[in-house]
Amino acid sequence: MVLTFPHLGNVHIAGKAFLEELGQEVVPPPPCTRKTLEIGTKYSPETMCLPFKINIGNYIESIEKGADTILITGSCGPCRFGYYSVLEKNILKDLGYDVDFIVFDPIREGIGQLKEGFNKAFNIKSHKDLIRAGKFGWQLIQRTDYLTQLANEKRAYAIDSYQVDWIMNDYHSQVETIFGAESMLKLINKTEERLQAIKIDEDKNPIKIGIIGEIYTIIEPFVNIEIEKKLGHMGVLVEKSLTPTKWVNHHVAKFPFGSKEENEKYKLAKPYLSTLVGGHGRETVGSAIYYALNGFDGVIQLLPLNCMPEIVAKSILPRVQRDYNIPIMTLVLDEMTGESGYLTRLEAFVDLLTRKREEEKNGKLLYGR
Amino acid sequence: MYKIGIPRGMLYYDYYPLWNEFFKELGAEVVLSPKTNKDILDSGILSSVDEACLPVKILHGHVNYLKDKVDYLFIPKIISIRKKEYCCPKILGLPDMVRFSIDKLPPLLDTNLNLFKFDRKYKNAIYETGKCLDKDIKTIRRAYKSATESFERYTYLLNRGVIPIEAIKLYNKAFKDLNVNSKKSNMTIMVAGHPYNLYDEYLNMNLIDKLIDNNIKVLTPEMVSKENVIKYSNKLPKRMFWTHGRRIVGSAFSLIEEDKIDGIIYLSSFGCGMDSILIDLIERKANSYKVPFTLLTLDEQSGEAGVNTRIEAFIDMIKWRYKNGAYISTLR
Repeated sequence: MVLTFPHLGNVHIAGKAFLEELGQEVVPPPPCTRKTLEIGTKYSPETMCLPFKINIGNYIESIEKGADTILITGSCGPCRFGYYSVLEKNILKDLGYDVDFIVFDPIREGIGQLKEGFNKAFNIKSHKDLIRAGKFGWQLIQRTDYLTQLANEKRAYAIDSYQVDWIMNDYHSQVETIFGAESMLKLINKTEERLQAIKIDEDKNPIKIGIIGEIYTIIEPFVNIEIEKKLGHMGVLVEKSLTPTKWVNHHVAKFPFGSKEENEKYKLAKPYLSTLVGGHGRETVGSAIYYALNGFDGVIQLLPLNCMPEIVAKSILPRVQRDYNIPIMTLVLDEMTGESGYLTRLEAFVDLLTRKREEEKNGKLLYGR
Repeated sequence: MYKIGIPRGMLYYDYYPLWNEFFKELGAEVVLSPKTNKDILDSGILSSVDEACLPVKILHGHVNYLKDKVDYLFIPKIISIRKKEYCCPKILGLPDMVRFSIDKLPPLLDTNLNLFKFDRKYKNAIYETGKCLDKDIKTIRRAYKSATESFERYTYLLNRGVIPIEAIKLYNKAFKDLNVNSKKSNMTIMVAGHPYNLYDEYLNMNLIDKLIDNNIKVLTPEMVSKENVIKYSNKLPKRMFWTHGRRIVGSAFSLIEEDKIDGIIYLSSFGCGMDSILIDLIERKANSYKVPFTLLTLDEQSGEAGVNTRIEAFIDMIKWRYKNGAYISTLR
């Protein structure tokens, strides 16, 4: 049994190490490229959302590298993500690939099925092993996210922001050749040291932008065309409203109560959207307000074309923008998104925020307001 | 006396008889927006987000029409109508979308209905709605009882094969079978899709009438009994968690497997997330049973001529299949 799973930002680093610690053979999906998307678009239903298309591309590329079992999480939610597994099975079967699917549905769907999936996927010999590997996995998720966030911060403050890219590229290329959790942690520590050593300009007061929206487009840099990097080079400090750490914290570590931050976002969203709309629609509205209250200059909403929950959120955001006086821009992503148009919109948005900040600072002086 | 506006869109096509009778029994005046027309569509497109699907835009248009004419607008927030199932995310957020997209709205009656965990919340939702109109529980209960009776008459008509556009007009009058003039025909086509796409004559450019004019018997998902829908939708490898999706998939599966139809026309609106899943499931099933399947996707730019051509071609194709039955069909 050779396992694989779809790409989601840096999760493959933790996922690979976690499964390797349990003694399973893993083929982490090759990095998402234009080719991945092309394969996915070719075989998926036309109107499906972008994450589905990338998933299909990931699977086919990993299967060609030797994987025969696919691990995914499921949901039974109002979002269409819950039916991904069924459609993906059909598509891969039609293409003649003989693969197994192991789907982890939420606990309320029946614990028996979940247990069976766990046993099959993780080859559990003793619970001690599982807990040990789980600890490593959780630590790695947190560390990789921390590293990404650190890189984002350094980019905004660094004198030469491209140094950050060199270090991060180096790190990503080494990840693929490393085996096991402990050596992975060592690599992360080493990279962190290198990042900390970058010279920064401490007098800088960068523009702060919060990224909100659909979880997959926020986390996967190929899908959002490396928005963090692009903004970072413009001297912007970026924070993402959803990361794998936040997701695991809310859905697994603090189950069934949920994490403090997410619950606060629900509370903030309540006057605008009091009930669930599936996906992360409610969190999107909550995060926009959260960033407005925490002194951010602007917010960017990312969504794949046709994402149902985010469309609901999008129709509410203009009111949030007015009530909290924080500019919000929405970027819709799909397989036709062009990079230069995207970059222009980001530049224009950053210019607008810079101007707004200047006006607020000097407005009284210049215009007597 | 209160005036309550009910926009003619989205879940109107499922529940109008129930809502109408309920509010009438409570002594309110029900104001219904007219059938969708160009003005309503245009004002809807202007006031809703670009990414929303066509039926949601149309609903915004109906709200625009009603907002100055009524004291309350009835747009319930129907989260779940069956245990462990949901509705479409856009229906879940419908009142919020309307509230924050359109200015100067009258107060919304956006009762939450969430039966995901407990069935008994149903009663609470009804009382909550009635209480907004200052009625006591006894009156509300009586109003609801008589509303249910006429709603049952309506669903009975549907199961007998009356097309709901007509059933809405007729539910209190004599029974009339719309498919009567096409009974002689030996071709039956299922038109699958969401009620708000199938029965809005402006949105789908009279698709159902066009088929009936061609002497074709039309079946829609609402005409399949609930038992069959549940039986056949349970054959899916994973539990279908959308109630409306279950109805469409279950009815299509049952008609395909029981060999009751000669073809399926799926009517979808561009950007419908639920449909992107349902179409794939139904198309696969239809292909494996060798039932012709075609998809019509609608948005605000659809032209009628193109739709006509595709329907004609589809009907011709089915006719040829029967004429040249001894030959191998080009389909497979």
